[in-house]
Amino acid sequence: MSAEPLSGAEIVIRALVDQGVDVVFGYPGGAVLPIYDALFKQNALRHILVRHEQGAVHAAEGYARSTGRVGVVLVTSGPGATNAVTGLTDALMDSVPIVCLTGQVPTHLIGNDAFQEADTTGITRPCTKHNYLVKDVRELARMLHEAFYVAKSGRPGPVVVDLPKDILFAPGPYSEPEQGHHKSYRPQLQPDPDRVVEAVEMIGAAKRPLFYGGGGLINSGSEACARFAELVRLTDAPCTLTLMGLGAFPAADPHFLGMVGMHGTYEANLAMHDCDLMIAVGSRFDDRVTGRLNAFSPGSSKIHIDIDPSSINKNVRVNLPIIGDVGAALSAILGAWPKSSRRTAGAERAEWWRTIDGWRARDCLRYDRSRRDLIKPQYAIERLYALTREHDVYITTEVGQHQMWAAQFFKFDEPYHWMTSGGLGTMGYGLPAAIGVQIAHPEALVVDIAGEASILMNIQEMSTAAQYRLPVKVFILNNQYMGMVRQWQELLHGGRYSESYTAALPDFVKLAEAFGAVGLRVERPAEVDSAISEMLAVDRAVILDVAVDPAENCFPMIPSGAAHNEMLLGPEDEAEKPVSEEGMVLV
Amino acid sequence: MADLERHAIAVLVDNEPGVLARVIGLFSGRGYNIESLTVAEVDRTNRLSRITIVTSGTRMIIEQIKAQLSRLVPVHRVHDLTDEGPFVEREMALIKVMGKGETRIESLRLADIFRARVVDSTTESFVFEMTGSSEKLNAFITLMEPLGLVEVSRTGAVAISRGAASF
Repeated sequence: MSAEPLSGAEIVIRALVDQGVDVVFGYPGGAVLPIYDALFKQNALRHILVRHEQGAVHAAEGYARSTGRVGVVLVTSGPGATNAVTGLTDALMDSVPIVCLTGQVPTHLIGNDAFQEADTTGITRPCTKHNYLVKDVRELARMLHEAFYVAKSGRPGPVVVDLPKDILFAPGPYSEPEQGHHKSYRPQLQPDPDRVVEAVEMIGAAKRPLFYGGGGLINSGSEACARFAELVRLTDAPCTLTLMGLGAFPAADPHFLGMVGMHGTYEANLAMHDCDLMIAVGSRFDDRVTGRLNAFSPGSSKIHIDIDPSSINKNVRVNLPIIGDVGAALSAILGAWPKSSRRTAGAERAEWWRTIDGWRARDCLRYDRSRRDLIKPQYAIERLYALTREHDVYITTEVGQHQMWAAQFFKFDEPYHWMTSGGLGTMGYGLPAAIGVQIAHPEALVVDIAGEASILMNIQEMSTAAQYRLPVKVFILNNQYMGMVRQWQELLHGGRYSESYTAALPDFVKLAEAFGAVGLRVERPAEVDSAISEMLAVDRAVILDVAVDPAENCFPMIPSGAAHNEMLLGPEDEAEKPVSEEGMVLV
Repeated sequence: MADLERHAIAVLVDNEPGVLARVIGLFSGRGYNIESLTVAEVDRTNRLSRITIVTSGTRMIIEQIKAQLSRLVPVHRVHDLTDEGPFVEREMALIKVMGKGETRIESLRLADIFRARVVDSTTESFVFEMTGSSEKLNAFITLMEPLGLVEVSRTGAVAISRGAASF
């Protein structure tokens, strides 16, 4: 305890600094004015002023996911808090550690329908990992430190601390962060040794194993990703990753089959269907991964390593659950791996790889490269990838077709370089996330691969980029449609493109200029390279509006309600494999 | 569809504002059933409350419910009493019956058989207090229906394991 009492607002600042926070993304308002006043009087914390509270949370997510640290948000009461709800839900679904401080009306007014009052803890209870309403300034420091502990421990997630205005003025004691056990929340980190031994035996005996890694690997850390790669190579097994896991294993490694799932590669999905042992590591058998559950990998035994016991047996029953930090579990498996054992299953493993090579030969990501008049969206991303090899490049995305093409065509060799909204699928995620990434990595190249519809959902954050001179690049694949909606309408609703065409798009070049950024537009394939080079040469924020083929669909695709071995590889499959009626009702 | 199982689950939680809303929100948000739920503080020193939830679901759902409850931050322990061995389950009900003459005497006679106590009476009504398993309460209430049953208030089940072991 410090000798002289601080005000609640000063306690907030002190706690953030002691938690190692260096930047806060926020937006002021009446209820949080005392904190903004305290911010004004200090230099340890940097505040980034966003233009909408949703943007603040996504920016904090970008910061968190590109650094592995906790992202911090500061918003006011009422609308400030409700605007943050989408971002909080996004962070919950994708397990991103966030601490969000919300202002609240003074305690004596709570429940009175006061100006800018909302039941913030009530509203955010289902979209946070945990939340707090501070009703006594003596509890403030402890609750703030606990919020950081909860946000980053176990399966990470967003935590809200609701701060009534009178608490921020009240004098109170400060206490340092405590090392030690939380009284009730103690996630299991170390795996059960017996199960580790069992896993080693199962992996050693498998003929057609497949590693299926997810975002939990990245949350566990670079070390966990390195252990994962070590185990994949040691066992000479193929490996696939979820959308959230991209970068956890080097895409350049021949063991990598590409992304799994609805728009994953043919080889990854068929390997999942046909493997005899699936080793799921920090992944959660999401419906976008499994396809139709009763046809999901029917012949395989399954090992599931995860820090969250509620992920085990939620969608798919597994044979061997291992609860713990995936990094610790992978280290234990490597440690228990017999030194003298045969590295692989010999002939059987070779046969498995021959089968996989047969699938790879289908070249499932091929597209029509013959058009000289139309830019294919896949081509634009391929060129962006090729022309940014010399940079330390971080990619964020919005949500839709462009997101899936980015996942398919941009290759990630390290974790923390790919930020996308996977679980919630939040249009408008990419630009504020890119701002958060750029704040954390001022020297890096940060590109938001966007669609023209998604980008309009948080376009106001261009103003934030301008204010802080952040050279984020917005790479719009502009097909004038909500492309994924249009694709589903084509596949499932007889081509009735109900409301998926945007008839009055802005001039993105002028829009960029209005925000003090640079606007570029490209319409012909031959000019794509020079446009990208020009974008990279500018030391300011850029919007590059790439006019792409409006009719292009994203393949491969496992239609909803279908199994992995029923995927559509291209337009020619569309007519042959119509989507089932059961599939239509799924999302 | 796999078989539905009925489970009594005891949850030890911090007695703090919002904790019950977290538990109930979990059940409604994820579409789990609540047959009954009771809560009261059981440890004043450590400010712990015990929630008894009776729920039903497939084995996979029951396991999910326990895992989801366990990861709530203020939850200390989750015990599946149904799985962990024999346990005692009790519920209390207050049952108001109106009637005169033969039906009134009959209700009193049945109450005696079921060991229900009369806790309030007027010349034309009784309030019975009854404790027992939920099934026993159901049986008594069904019998009271033709005898002038007008109002029922039930606590929901509380439960505890048999034997010396505790948690």
